[in-house]
Amino acid sequence: MIPALLTLLAAQLAGETLTRLTGLPLPGPVAGMLLLLAGFALWRPLVEVVRPLATTILGNLSLLFVPAGTGVVGHLDKIAAHGLGLAVVLVVSTLAAIAAGALAFAAVAKLLRTEPET
Amino acid sequence: MRDFTEIWSYLAQGPLLWLTATLAAYAIGNACFQAAGRRPFVNPVLIAVALLAGVLWLTATPYPVYFEGAQFVHFLLGPATVALALPLWDNLGHVKRTALPLLAALLAGSTVAVVSALGLAVAFGIEGEVLASLAPKSATAPVALGISASLGGSPTLTAVLVILTGIVGAICTTPLLNALGIRDWRARGFATGVAAHGIGTARAFQVHPTAGAFAGLGMGLNAVLTAFLAPLVLRLFQ
Repeated sequence: MIPALLTLLAAQLAGETLTRLTGLPLPGPVAGMLLLLAGFALWRPLVEVVRPLATTILGNLSLLFVPAGTGVVGHLDKIAAHGLGLAVVLVVSTLAAIAAGALAFAAVAKLLRTEPET
Repeated sequence: MRDFTEIWSYLAQGPLLWLTATLAAYAIGNACFQAAGRRPFVNPVLIAVALLAGVLWLTATPYPVYFEGAQFVHFLLGPATVALALPLWDNLGHVKRTALPLLAALLAGSTVAVVSALGLAVAFGIEGEVLASLAPKSATAPVALGISASLGGSPTLTAVLVILTGIVGAICTTPLLNALGIRDWRARGFATGVAAHGIGTARAFQVHPTAGAFAGLGMGLNAVLTAFLAPLVLRLFQ
């Protein structure tokens, strides 16, 4: 578990350093994720070093949103002021994004004549 | 025996109490989710947040005091984002086989998610911090919070908007895609993961394993693309 935790933290630290050095508009942990992906490609055994811990963390991912989510107590006034607008934005934009993604996939797959998996 | 208020004022100052409360609230939320047959509208995070908000209000505890304890959980969002490399790696085979349809779906879904959210929000008179908090709403929460903070949004508001986006996506995706006549599990899953991140992915796994794998892939790729896209699109609407 210690090598796995060290790998995740070191990748995040490298990601934070890289984004600050280069000024990339990318959160440090996302850069860390890409660096870890590159690490997997360079040295395959790293995948199995990280797998048990990564699976545990990702299996309980929802828990990690609770502290930030509880911060909603400080925003109840803004949510009340924009309640209808926010509701419409969330519903319409999410449905439009799902439809756009699925239709784009289906259209290009049809163009390339790849067998659909139904 | 000492007075309860004395013990309370001692515990309320340290991180132990609110760290325990965070885990307890989530355990209750998760138990409700399991008892309801894992239906997307019984979301464990929303239940935990509602419980904690109630407790903070009843005990007149300011959010920064609560966060002193909860920060240990919050910190893990960074390593969790890094850990998303694992499902991406596991699904790289899919990427090689269906690269072009995936690329088209990623660009379309991700762009529509950010542009339609900001465009509609501006039409409703939403601006400033709230607008910036909306920009990354389709990205998975750990990434969305980082993007929101770098855009001048509020990470705590983004957390709630991201969760609500996931719930809307998880509830609506099956009827929507049936109505559109999309039968390919890869298209259905991938689009759901791009638009509705982890909550949508969990829903996709319930419907079909292929849909689930592609949803996980969509979530990971959209996290990266949104980090680049959200600042650009936000600039157009500010």
